[in-house]
Amino acid sequence: MAPITFLEGIRQALFEEMERDPAVVCIGEDIGVYGGAFKVTAGLLERFGWERVIDTPISETAIIGAACGMSYLGIRPVVELQFVDFIACCFNQLTNFVAKSYYLWGAPVPMVVRAPSGGGVHGGPFHSANPEMYFGHTPGLKVVYPSTPSDAKGLMKAAIRDNNPVLFFEHKFLYRRIKEEIPAGDHIVPLGKAAVRREGSDLTIVSYAAMAHTSMEAATELAKEGIEAEVLDLRTLFPLDKEAIIASVKKTNKLLIVHEDTKTGGIAGEIAAIVCEEAFEHLDGPVARVTALDTPVPYSPPLEERFLPNVNDVLRAARELARY
Amino acid sequence: MKSTTNTSVSREQQLDLYYYMRLNRTVEDTMVNLFRQNKIVGGLYSSLGQEGISVGTAYALEKRDWLAPMIRNIGALLVKGCRPRDIFTQHMARFTSPTRGKDGTSHFGDLKDLHIVSPISMLGDLIPVMTGVAMAGRYLGQKIVSMTWIGDGGTSTGAFHEGMNLAAQQRAAMVCVIENNQWAYSTPVSRQVPIKDLADRARAYGCRAFIVDGNDVEAVFTTSREAVALCRAGQGPVIIEAKSMRMRGHAQHDPAEYVPDEMFAYWKARDPIALYEKRLAASGVLDAKTKAGIEARIEKEVKADVEFAENSPFPPPEIAEESVYCEGPLPISPQWQRPIAEVQPPRSSVKAEWQVADFGAFERDAMEGMAGSLPADSAAEAGSTDGAGGSNHGPKKKASAAAKKAVRKSAAKVRR
Repeated sequence: MAPITFLEGIRQALFEEMERDPAVVCIGEDIGVYGGAFKVTAGLLERFGWERVIDTPISETAIIGAACGMSYLGIRPVVELQFVDFIACCFNQLTNFVAKSYYLWGAPVPMVVRAPSGGGVHGGPFHSANPEMYFGHTPGLKVVYPSTPSDAKGLMKAAIRDNNPVLFFEHKFLYRRIKEEIPAGDHIVPLGKAAVRREGSDLTIVSYAAMAHTSMEAATELAKEGIEAEVLDLRTLFPLDKEAIIASVKKTNKLLIVHEDTKTGGIAGEIAAIVCEEAFEHLDGPVARVTALDTPVPYSPPLEERFLPNVNDVLRAARELARY
Repeated sequence: MKSTTNTSVSREQQLDLYYYMRLNRTVEDTMVNLFRQNKIVGGLYSSLGQEGISVGTAYALEKRDWLAPMIRNIGALLVKGCRPRDIFTQHMARFTSPTRGKDGTSHFGDLKDLHIVSPISMLGDLIPVMTGVAMAGRYLGQKIVSMTWIGDGGTSTGAFHEGMNLAAQQRAAMVCVIENNQWAYSTPVSRQVPIKDLADRARAYGCRAFIVDGNDVEAVFTTSREAVALCRAGQGPVIIEAKSMRMRGHAQHDPAEYVPDEMFAYWKARDPIALYEKRLAASGVLDAKTKAGIEARIEKEVKADVEFAENSPFPPPEIAEESVYCEGPLPISPQWQRPIAEVQPPRSSVKAEWQVADFGAFERDAMEGMAGSLPADSAAEAGSTDGAGGSNHGPKKKASAAAKKAVRKSAAKVRR
């Protein structure tokens, strides 16, 4: 099989799931005739028709609400939010209606909310966000944030088949920048399972999405210096694969967490707390964090570069941690 | 404009409407007593004076249809098949309640049998959700109608607007009942909106609307029956504004001192149950024996269900940790009532392009008679909603005279 992009991985998943299950429909802004702002849904309307690829008004609350209502009759809607930043517009519908539905009255909401996310493409303060933690803090939602074409496809297929609301973050920096061969057949990657991208014994780097690649790049550099980093790609943030994190920390005794989200309230703090609670005696050094600045995402390239974590930031933190 | 609403109501239907209003009120009176005995865990919201709306609207639905109540729609829940014990155990936070104590009041639902969607406390959010229910029903070929309610205050939310607009654009089979009970907590309707009739909103959405006396249960029923029929025929959504009055405070804790005494007195003389009782007695439908029979039936039902609720345990604490995620299979599966092949390739495949026939330029003709009149009901004309109820494929040019005629027809209001 020829290598495909991250974007193509998602597109293939949508095609295959819609072919497989007539209950799967897509709904969102500009997804049909136009094929989506990033062309992820290109070709779906031609194949599956107006009833299954639904172009909507600019109404994030109505889109999420309608998808929720559809799911109550057994439909599995895949929503596209044009940019994840606009998820703020439907915050109430997601956090109060969708997320609590099953816990409160036993009505599952099998819905996927796809959302292009992340920075590094000079999208500015309203087209670059990483708002995963608002939703990680909302019991009932699952949050997926893949880093490879293979995972993007396999996790999307798993998300569509999951019986819970899944927020599926698609890092737009990755959309067309990486390619990979994908396993043939019905390729499923289970939700809630992290992946060890690189084995190592000196320290653990936990990361996800675009920063998983930055972490891998740093690990390659560190190896030249004789530091063997284990890189763990979370893939799903909620539910969090605590076992994989603890297992790696027990092996390396040092933990560095790298994410593109802002520092305060980012998932790194949560992971640090979990490791302190469950593997404190295995730590040989402080838990370290490399994250974005605690600011909005600025627009101008030098500002955004300052805002985002990079390979040098990871190297600096890893070297310091390795000295313990 | 003269209404064409079919106003015929059978004796059996009349007695049903009366029974459910009485049951609604008895259930709520019973809960006031339970509240005074500290047996209601949280707040208690009254629909006193609005029973005709809950009962008359929901009574127009069929079993296959879906509804989503608001906090004061106990009557609608009873009509749809909920038992008084469901209401009591919900308010008393018992393990036997439909939500097993996880939520209270009318916040519960049933996907499988009764087709009820549970509300949340934030206003307006049910409208997009019930739009989705209607869209899914159409997609599956079910010919169902969804119904939900909103207060005068709730129409001020963004979710109301987004939901109504999507519903209208999709021609969704949804009935949105605006219960104009004059007060949103302590705020009069004049502080919500500068217009008299909330149903006027429908003009701008491009959907039909009716205004009805919410204290006349038969008028509410026959209007709702027409609205439901329009929706089932693919001509939804429909807004029904039912004018009424909230005869208590926002909830039990609120004495509603901000409401002028004269206003309460005015509406008290228009109590929907007293009015209907008088009418049914005058027409001979409700004689003393029939009335006594209904009262005895209600008393027996309510007494048994209060006992059931009072004897029910509180939930075991450990279930607080359960059911954040659905780990098992879905409780329902899609009920297809059309050939699945219609929505699968190759039959589903289309040419992906908009049909743009109206280029949208300023037209002087279109301004004619606009002031004080109705804007074009363009959504009604747009797109082909085929037998299977497809999405709108794109706007098609409409004949302006025909459109105006359609608009006038669609704007028929029921005034009594």
